[in-house]
Amino acid sequence: MPQSNMNPPAASGMTPVRFITVNGEQHSPPEDPRTTLLDFLREQLDLTGTKKGCDQGQCGACTVLVNGTRINACLTLAIMHVGDEVTTVEGLGKPDALHPLQRAFVTHDGYQCGYCTPGQICSVIGALAEIDRGVPSHVTGDLSAPMITTRLEMRERMSGNICRCGAYSNIQDAIAEFVGEPR
Amino acid sequence: MRFDEPALRNPIDDLTVFGRPVARIEGPLKVTGAARYAYERTELGKAAYGVVVGAAIPKGRIRAIDRTAALASPGVLGVITTLDHDRLPTADMCAATLFGGDVIQHHHQAMAVVVADTFEQARAASRLLSVTYERAEGRFVLADEEPRAEAAPDTENGGPDAPDIDVVGDFEAAFRAALVRLEQTYTTPYESPAMMEPHASMAAWQGDHVTIWTSNQMVNWAVRDIPRALGIPAENVRVLSPYVGGGFGAKLFIRCDVVLAALAARALGRPVKVTLHRPVIFNNTSHRSATIQRIRLAAGSDGKLTGISHRGLSGNLPGGLAEMATSQTKLLYAAPNREIGMRMATLDLPESNFMRAPGEAPGLMALEVAMDEMAEKLAMDPIAFRILNDTPVDPHVPNRRFSERHLAECLRVGAERFGWSARQARPAGVRDGRWLVGMGVASAIRNAIPMSSGARVRLERSGRLTVETDMTDIGTGTYTILAQTAAEMLGVTPADVGVTLGDSNLPRAAGSGGQWGAANATGGVFAACVKLREAIAARLGFPAAQCTFADHHVRSGNDTTSLAEVAQRGELIGEDLIEFGDLGKRFQQSTFGAQFAEVGVDAFTGEIRVRRMLAVCDAGRIINPVTARSQVIGGMTMGIGAALMEDLGLDAKRGFFVNHDMAGYEVPVHADVPHLDVVLLDHPDALASPTKAKGIGELGMCGAAPAIANAVYNATGVRIRNYPITLDKLLHELPPLSAL
Repeated sequence: MPQSNMNPPAASGMTPVRFITVNGEQHSPPEDPRTTLLDFLREQLDLTGTKKGCDQGQCGACTVLVNGTRINACLTLAIMHVGDEVTTVEGLGKPDALHPLQRAFVTHDGYQCGYCTPGQICSVIGALAEIDRGVPSHVTGDLSAPMITTRLEMRERMSGNICRCGAYSNIQDAIAEFVGEPR
Repeated sequence: MRFDEPALRNPIDDLTVFGRPVARIEGPLKVTGAARYAYERTELGKAAYGVVVGAAIPKGRIRAIDRTAALASPGVLGVITTLDHDRLPTADMCAATLFGGDVIQHHHQAMAVVVADTFEQARAASRLLSVTYERAEGRFVLADEEPRAEAAPDTENGGPDAPDIDVVGDFEAAFRAALVRLEQTYTTPYESPAMMEPHASMAAWQGDHVTIWTSNQMVNWAVRDIPRALGIPAENVRVLSPYVGGGFGAKLFIRCDVVLAALAARALGRPVKVTLHRPVIFNNTSHRSATIQRIRLAAGSDGKLTGISHRGLSGNLPGGLAEMATSQTKLLYAAPNREIGMRMATLDLPESNFMRAPGEAPGLMALEVAMDEMAEKLAMDPIAFRILNDTPVDPHVPNRRFSERHLAECLRVGAERFGWSARQARPAGVRDGRWLVGMGVASAIRNAIPMSSGARVRLERSGRLTVETDMTDIGTGTYTILAQTAAEMLGVTPADVGVTLGDSNLPRAAGSGGQWGAANATGGVFAACVKLREAIAARLGFPAAQCTFADHHVRSGNDTTSLAEVAQRGELIGEDLIEFGDLGKRFQQSTFGAQFAEVGVDAFTGEIRVRRMLAVCDAGRIINPVTARSQVIGGMTMGIGAALMEDLGLDAKRGFFVNHDMAGYEVPVHADVPHLDVVLLDHPDALASPTKAKGIGELGMCGAAPAIANAVYNATGVRIRNYPITLDKLLHELPPLSAL
């Protein structure tokens, strides 16, 4: 999974950026440099939609979007994201105003216990952005052809997001509806 | 309400919303991150952070723990070690010490909890404990301990007097006399539930009362076991578990996170939360035992089984439970001569305990491969062979019929839908490019377990209904099916019903485990709704028996009143408990299924890919086909894991599971799982529950793995009898490429 860009240098003559922007709101970075982005979101901003499943980059439950790129929030320190735009599942939609992808998960029962779900949803958005940018995957056939969002592509690209309840088949149906099969 | 006669027609049978596909009512909360799990609650105030330290030896004693450096570490509020307490009593049906005392029973047993203002501080300090161990020799290898194993009678089905071995007729004589015989040994590995949400608890005390938010499948067991562990009266404990991020058995019982959060919160006088970090879960908590299973089958040339012998071995700590991998064999196929039983060896590994479909999941991984092998010996189609040996009665108690049993229909419907007729009986007979392609089938059985379950249903002044119970929703769909039950009974829609779950202050329900949740909890809500209907009728002066509830109105003859009007006159409450008589003893109540799989095996590398799967399920009335189907595909997915990858690797010298994280313990991911097809047969079971439902949460896992194993054999001609079936086991046996 690609890492986010480091902070862009502050434009000359302007004060340096000192905030981490999360779902459009600016926050001061944590005082403790050991704080992961995940724990910053969950324990300091009370944005607990981003889940901690393993805290070591193995399960994908903490997937968030940093400047539009999906990353495991447990594998990065919050202070590395001063100047970055972080989007969590709370930034996508609300229970009474769902994002179309969130609605597709509800329609297709693309979850069970719900614990991996926010990570799955953020990961889909990140993966689709990768396809839009032409980033190939292990299963991409023709690297020179325009990239197509197939189920095979999405199964491959989503494989860093574990769902132990085994909702994969339904998650793929939800993704297919969201992207409008065939895309 | 006592359920001791077959269910007659009742308001549930209108099936206006019960039995219909209804999207999860808590779904919008889950997809937006608004559903809060135990570690995320804010009701108790700002909690300090506890980090658990596990023992680094598998067996022995702790001589000393030096906490000086940890206590001096910034932000640390306290360190509680196992030497500070006597051994705390364990939960019922559990063997491993949760905390307390100097005896170490297994690797990563909780030794200490380090509490600090922040997680980072607690984590850093947790590494500063200095521990002096006295290591003892341990027993870690199941096969080595077989000579010392002891009988593990099937008390769950046979009661306290269950025999060591269930015997019918004379198996040895039948085996000697049989024209066709099979004798094989199968092994299944240690498996981990590996649910996505780690064990987590948050505790706060007010005086001598403690409130605990925890991730637990069985609230009523938790409030039984927590007071015992803490040595306080039961009424001083309140447990809340409204969202559970998966359990699969791992959260049936309290684990050390609960007691450590409570002990630390009491010692520090402030709320404390504790989660088990992922690498400690696999050895600290429970897993499914490995098994060694020996199966012998005897048949005549007509394909009728004349004898079944299924003997198994599993391991556990002293006093622990066996993995009852042979029990389902008593019920699945007819044969006049039988001997079936488990033994258990004592091991010094972490605790073995229930994991999804305990018994059946590994048991069918052996039995259903043996049936495939036997069919081949008999030159019979594996489906025809299974149907020929179907039984309408419990083969060990022939006057005891099944309440409903449609195994043969499952197999036939599945064969038609899956295109079984295209299967080549000769193995390694189908090639698709570089892939060897094969199909497999397996039967599935999992019992329905009646358990009493209570609920309260309120008709609030606003006209809204609220269901209240300590029942849990572990991803199973409980919120939704209880709303459907109340909506059907009171003639409203699920959107008109609120459901409050997982609070021990609410009526005690069956809880979630053993696929008993849905049938029993909806039964409890049914009973409460009957009471509420009576209260409504009484308020209106209607004869309760003649009232109908539909379209938000109560009708009696020509009189009609809206529920809103009834509610405006004041809240009404119905509360009751469903209790079960002896129907479950007089009739064997089970669910059945047929699993089908098609796999491709790379002819060059042995890589196995599941191409298609189908499950056909006979599980009583299906309450909600959306959530029921999800339970089944989840079980099938776990079956893919069991067949092809899941394996807790044992360090036989140091006595612990080596691959104790989500990367080393491989579970299926998106790329491993094709579209999964499910057929839910409609056979309401009037003997099982008033809603005629039976439960389906574990059935979907049963038979899934052996169907894949049989498909691998059909694809390659290589029979692997030691799970998981990985390419290294196939590679040297694959057909020569020239023969393709």
